[in-house]
Amino acid sequence: MESADNAFITAFHLIVSMDPVLTGIVLLSLQVSLSAVLIATLIGLPLGAAVALWRFPGRGLLITLLNAFMGLPPVVAGLMVYLMLSRAGPLGQFGLLFTPTAMVIAQCLLVLPIIAALTRQVVEDLWKEYAEQLKSLGASRARAIPTLLWDGRISLVTTVLAGFGRASAEVGAVLIVGGNIDGVTRVMTTAIALETSRGDLPLALGLGLVLMLMVAAVNGAAFLLGESARRQAG
Amino acid sequence: MIRHGRRFALGLVLLALSSGTVAADRHIILASTTSTEQSGLFGHIIPRFRDSTGIDVRVVAVGTGQAFAIARRGDADALLVHDRRGEEAFLADGYGLERRDVMYNDFIIIGPGEDPAKVSDADTAAEAMRRIAGAQAPFASRGDDSGTHRAERRIWESAGITPSGSWYRELGSGMGPTLNTAAGMDAYVLADRGTWAGFGNRQNLTVLFEDDEALSNVYGSLLINPERHPHVKHDLAEAWHRWLVSGAGQEAIASFTRGGEPLFVPVVTR
Repeated sequence: MESADNAFITAFHLIVSMDPVLTGIVLLSLQVSLSAVLIATLIGLPLGAAVALWRFPGRGLLITLLNAFMGLPPVVAGLMVYLMLSRAGPLGQFGLLFTPTAMVIAQCLLVLPIIAALTRQVVEDLWKEYAEQLKSLGASRARAIPTLLWDGRISLVTTVLAGFGRASAEVGAVLIVGGNIDGVTRVMTTAIALETSRGDLPLALGLGLVLMLMVAAVNGAAFLLGESARRQAG
Repeated sequence: MIRHGRRFALGLVLLALSSGTVAADRHIILASTTSTEQSGLFGHIIPRFRDSTGIDVRVVAVGTGQAFAIARRGDADALLVHDRRGEEAFLADGYGLERRDVMYNDFIIIGPGEDPAKVSDADTAAEAMRRIAGAQAPFASRGDDSGTHRAERRIWESAGITPSGSWYRELGSGMGPTLNTAAGMDAYVLADRGTWAGFGNRQNLTVLFEDDEALSNVYGSLLINPERHPHVKHDLAEAWHRWLVSGAGQEAIASFTRGGEPLFVPVVTR
């Protein structure tokens, strides 16, 4: 229990003192995870909606794959991106390994299946409900996508938040492709892993509390946005 | 449409932010070991090197085996590791141009304070390991092909023992996590002095055996062959490689202490 008490004190000190190193790590974590989620959302929402609305050969297989990849182990995603970006790999010439960009790519790979698979489910349910209505208004499937996404926005915000949770919580992928370089690619989760391996458990747990606060703040902001949107919608 | 346009613009801004930190400044990627990073050595010497040359060194701290793998793929500009045999193989395979001894410290045998295998009475490291095996006392092995793991295997070899059985636990982890686990199960463990000095979760563990030739731990710097990997920042890496064994570099290493004790001994005597 002693180290848990210390962790709360440590977390409190870390936050109150606005330690510049910690601030940098928090900002980088937010920057990497939010970028990854944003890119995955821009691809995942239309992709999920398209899979929901169209019937094509291999659709069942695609849905199964999307669902299965929600459980892609971060360390495997990291290894795949590492092999792609490594100098000996196909994208090696860009020199992206051990940069924040590599971390965004890896997290995007983790988040995309979650957003696409859950969007598919949400849109498919809405389509069942409104298909007749939309068809009678003369809307094609492609034209129906923005309407359905807008209609399902409240569920979809939760979907995106699930993706953000995945991105901000994982350590395996960013550790491999980022290298946990001090001041360059060190994020909250890799800093926590490092302090754990140094045996500084109170600091590690303190950082963990700061990370949870950070994630809670992002979720809180999304909740408030959702509430105001709901109020506007009446 | 306006809303979509705005969201897209925000995306571009975030993308720009995330790539902005990859500015083309003067830096090298150094693949090195967790033991040097976690001891705090790099935090002490890299700022000095940066001040005198303007070159930043970005450390990717992994096990020695993984450090070699990263360098062989061309993903590091410089290497600082501790496995003489592996380093010589790296040179022989044409991946390295030159290898220099930089510094050394030693491995230590750590275990529970009660010392059930009576390791502290041993005269040599090999005898200490024989006592652990004889008592079937829990031993936590790195098991990750790191420099420390390779050293551990050599000592077992010289003791004439092939460790196996439920007392011998291969963890496949870095030095710190291995120490955490050893502390949790009161196991013996071979550790490097640097990591031990900076380790905070010792619980019942203590140093039981030290000072033996077989426990010396030499760190070498390797210059990577630019013919093998033309994109490697050869000039910057060479500046680092030379600085490490220069008077200034050796002094920086010697002046790094923890609790008043120097952790790494420079090899070049001036």
